[in-house]
Amino acid sequence: MPPNQADLLSQAGSAENILRFDTTEPILESHNLSVAYNGNTAISDVSIQVPKNSVVSLIGPSGCGKSTLLRCFNRMNDLIATAEVKGTVNFAGQNIYDNDIDPTEIRFRIGMVFQRPNPFPKSIYENVAFGPRINGITDDLDEVVENSLRRAAVWEEVKDRLNESGLSVSGGQQQRICIARALAVNPEIVLMDEPASSLDPISTQAIEQLIQELSNEVTIIIVTHNMQQATRISDYAAVMMAGEERIGRMIEYGTNEQVFGNPKDERTEAYVTGRIG
Amino acid sequence: MSEQKNIIPLGRQDFDRDLGKLEAELILMSGLVEQAIFNALNALKSRDIEKSQKVIDEDDNIDQAELEIERTCIELIRREAPMAGDLRRIVASLHIAGELERIGDYAEGIAKISITMGGQPPLKELIDIPRMGDMAVRMLKRSLEAFISRDADLVRTLSVELEKEDDEVDDLYAKVQGDLLELVKADPENAEPATYLMRVAHNVERVADRAMNIVERALYQATGELVSGSTQIEPLAE
Repeated sequence: MPPNQADLLSQAGSAENILRFDTTEPILESHNLSVAYNGNTAISDVSIQVPKNSVVSLIGPSGCGKSTLLRCFNRMNDLIATAEVKGTVNFAGQNIYDNDIDPTEIRFRIGMVFQRPNPFPKSIYENVAFGPRINGITDDLDEVVENSLRRAAVWEEVKDRLNESGLSVSGGQQQRICIARALAVNPEIVLMDEPASSLDPISTQAIEQLIQELSNEVTIIIVTHNMQQATRISDYAAVMMAGEERIGRMIEYGTNEQVFGNPKDERTEAYVTGRIG
Repeated sequence: MSEQKNIIPLGRQDFDRDLGKLEAELILMSGLVEQAIFNALNALKSRDIEKSQKVIDEDDNIDQAELEIERTCIELIRREAPMAGDLRRIVASLHIAGELERIGDYAEGIAKISITMGGQPPLKELIDIPRMGDMAVRMLKRSLEAFISRDADLVRTLSVELEKEDDEVDDLYAKVQGDLLELVKADPENAEPATYLMRVAHNVERVADRAMNIVERALYQATGELVSGSTQIEPLAE
């Protein structure tokens, strides 16, 4: 008789189901990361290594803590007063939760793109120039804006309308402008929270292609509900799951081939084949 | 168990039903194929041209079954975007249907040879070839058993056992070839009837090889390992 699903859901994945990189230095690594909101644990004991210039998907049913985990990676949870983060997130040789770390600087180096495109109510140009300006970059700003828009694969579409509002273009273009805005400060990692979920198939395809191109120069961690998308764009996939007590845990982390082709954990199998979630 | 059932989304229950149907289609097809080999060898032995012709005519049913399985697999891939165990099950089914179709062709081939032989009796009493046939059909049954079990341990055990049986079929095939060669040496007039039986034995030997291919697909379904004979490929690099 198979183990009871409800019991299984409340367990973290066994160590052998969590990929570790022995020879590659990870660009980002969490150790026993736990987050509580108002004293209620949302995710518990997440340890994950993210190799440089890879695309890692975070997948799992709704409410399993994917976005919570993602927000830990650039201290976005600091913006929520009731959030308490335990454990460590090492990036560039330092725990980003150390007291002497400036979270704003971390957020420049580890950028974020959200589910819904959220351009500022400013011109396209100013949206992209925003980060560099805050960082005191005033020289060659035109070049920075153009390069960022090119890297985000939207330059050709907006180059003649740079002074128009960032809100005046299509949703897919807005999202790529937001990606350009994140890229303008040369981040080492870009976190993406379902970046294509509100977009049509063509815009989704453009974002997916962009992610693959960007991964040559930056590391991308992406939350997605679209499993086909995860298989297309990522190198590795981490599976989160929450049991009845609603605490999210990482149950499996491995190559795409493993997670989507031959998962080690039966809960992953149940999730990726649509039996749960 | 009821808790588990509750969390399976409704759409997946349809999918599970269709996967079950796919398996049933494969089992039916393998039944047709086993029967075809059995009938082809019996017709050869009893020199029954009519029965041989029936095997040839009925091969269309096997081809039809393969196409239907292929269509079901394509439809399930298109509709369900299967992952993990589901994907392996569908891919393995697709391969196995192809293997079964080829076995059907071997039966048809034996029947055609039998008809070509016309009224002449076989060159020698048919003992080893029907034995090969029995062994090959048994291997085919057990390879399907392995596939249906989806149990990695059982598949591995059956795989080792079937490999031994395949060696025995190969040995018997070598013996048949040796015996027929002796008869040709003794009298060159025997060359033509010996060639017929040689071709029959070859077809039967290939059935056993196809059964081995089916076990390899059963292993893929159960474990994700991609194996072909002594060749195995590693999962994609990390």
